[in-house]
Amino acid sequence: MTGIITRRNFLRGSAVVGSGLILAGCDQFDFLGQRDNGVRKVLEQANVLTYQAQRHWIGAQTLAREYSASEIRQGQRPNGSTNPTTPEYLALQAGNFSTYKLTVKGMVDREVSLTLDQLRNMPARSQITRHDCVEGWSCIAKWTGTQLGPVLDMAGVKPGARFCVYHCYDNIQRTLAGDILYYTSSDLIDAYHPQTILSYGLNDQVLPVSNGAPIRLRIERALGYKQPKFLHTIELVDDLSQFGLGHGGYWEDTGYDWYGGI
Amino acid sequence: MSENKEPASAKGPLIYRQSIFTRVTHWTWAICLFFLLLSGLQIFNAHPNLYIGQQSGFEFDNSVLRIGAVNTDAGPRGQTTIFGQTFDTTGVLGMSGTAERPVFTAFPGAVTIPSYRDLGTGRVVHFFFGWVFVATMFVWFLASFINGHIRRDIVPRGADIKGVPGDIADHARLRFHHGRTYGPLQKLSYFAVFFVLFPLIVATGLTMSPGMNSIAPWMLDLFGGRQTARTIHFVVMTLLVTFFVVHILMVVAAGPLNELRSMITGWYRTSPGTPAAKGDKP
Repeated sequence: MTGIITRRNFLRGSAVVGSGLILAGCDQFDFLGQRDNGVRKVLEQANVLTYQAQRHWIGAQTLAREYSASEIRQGQRPNGSTNPTTPEYLALQAGNFSTYKLTVKGMVDREVSLTLDQLRNMPARSQITRHDCVEGWSCIAKWTGTQLGPVLDMAGVKPGARFCVYHCYDNIQRTLAGDILYYTSSDLIDAYHPQTILSYGLNDQVLPVSNGAPIRLRIERALGYKQPKFLHTIELVDDLSQFGLGHGGYWEDTGYDWYGGI
Repeated sequence: MSENKEPASAKGPLIYRQSIFTRVTHWTWAICLFFLLLSGLQIFNAHPNLYIGQQSGFEFDNSVLRIGAVNTDAGPRGQTTIFGQTFDTTGVLGMSGTAERPVFTAFPGAVTIPSYRDLGTGRVVHFFFGWVFVATMFVWFLASFINGHIRRDIVPRGADIKGVPGDIADHARLRFHHGRTYGPLQKLSYFAVFFVLFPLIVATGLTMSPGMNSIAPWMLDLFGGRQTARTIHFVVMTLLVTFFVVHILMVVAAGPLNELRSMITGWYRTSPGTPAAKGDKP
């Protein structure tokens, strides 16, 4: 042992330290995965900026692209839950959804419940749109349903309401402590968007269970996790903190951006 | 060493080469691109498959790159398929980690943020630095247009194009001329980065946003569909990584201390024989 730093030792030492830094680099930023981390909260503000920028520059009525029928080249890829097992849902499914009702409640003048037949008898809209999953893939399909806006108007949205919370039969996570049910939410701009439909048809067929029967909401200017399947209740609220973990949706509670339009 | 005994005139003048805007945007971009790359690979890992067209083919094949793991007789292997050609990439792509604890992600955790699978966090990081990256681009383009950096140093002129063969020969011999402005190859590569790769990676990123698609559907047509845009985004990333590697090699070859000094303090030691100008230091 000499204690003298020769150039060779210095280089050797630098190489060891350098490669150690590179190897350690793989988990140095894992703290950003913690939801309550202060740095993460700062980074998350970028998503608020995206939401505000898009709301500022993109019109409330600006349509998502609609494709021609020739662009439907495959079935709609099912993702997330494809077969909810809650007793309520299984009972509905056994009766071919004849007893299904969609409820609009919360900050409304009058609570409204509509059967599947009533929804099907309302003016229908069909749109061939592209479904973009947050994972990165896209799939084009034809969705048929009735616009959500007039349904909300039947209930009469109170002036203070700011969000629609969409409750689903989807027990997406089954834990020992019980089922965690899928839910998500949107602002009223997305809820009243002309292409936001309560869809009951997919590619000219009745909406199958794997894609969200009997009703799946389409919010066409947002990613797939903002298209809740197995929808049963729409609740008008002015605050999202009372639902789930308070981030406005099941996936949002796990760390996805609430707006979902990016 | 003998350098001390040489007369001062053997050195070129010390010139103020990089403005404060060039230096601050350079380092801001460096940080942004680091985080954008590592979070981007995390996002890619959520669906390690690239396609050409509007949508992803599940019942037809329009895939151009696929990274995954397969079970073989010899156990699980990592595989990468490019344009239908499949390569065994075990240890790097599709399957990495140790034999006892293999990890089945497309890109290994060493090059993703976070190191484990967490798409939500990857997206939070990516979009934050995406905004910073674009804001920095805005500052750079505005400042560099006004202070003449773009006209003087970035846009190649006729003489630069004519000088390319000679500059290639000089680079091959690792003979670098430290002048007042950039050399032909430097100008061409910086021009490509600022005027092609940076705008392209931002535009293809925006084309993946369903919100942006509604206000600017022409971007979908420009790039040939959302999935093609995603593929181009990935390809531009690999070109930027290539640029980074060459950039670092050139800095090391051309004299790292002088190059680093110019990008930190702005002052740059030119080659001997460079004519002095007002404002230079000896």
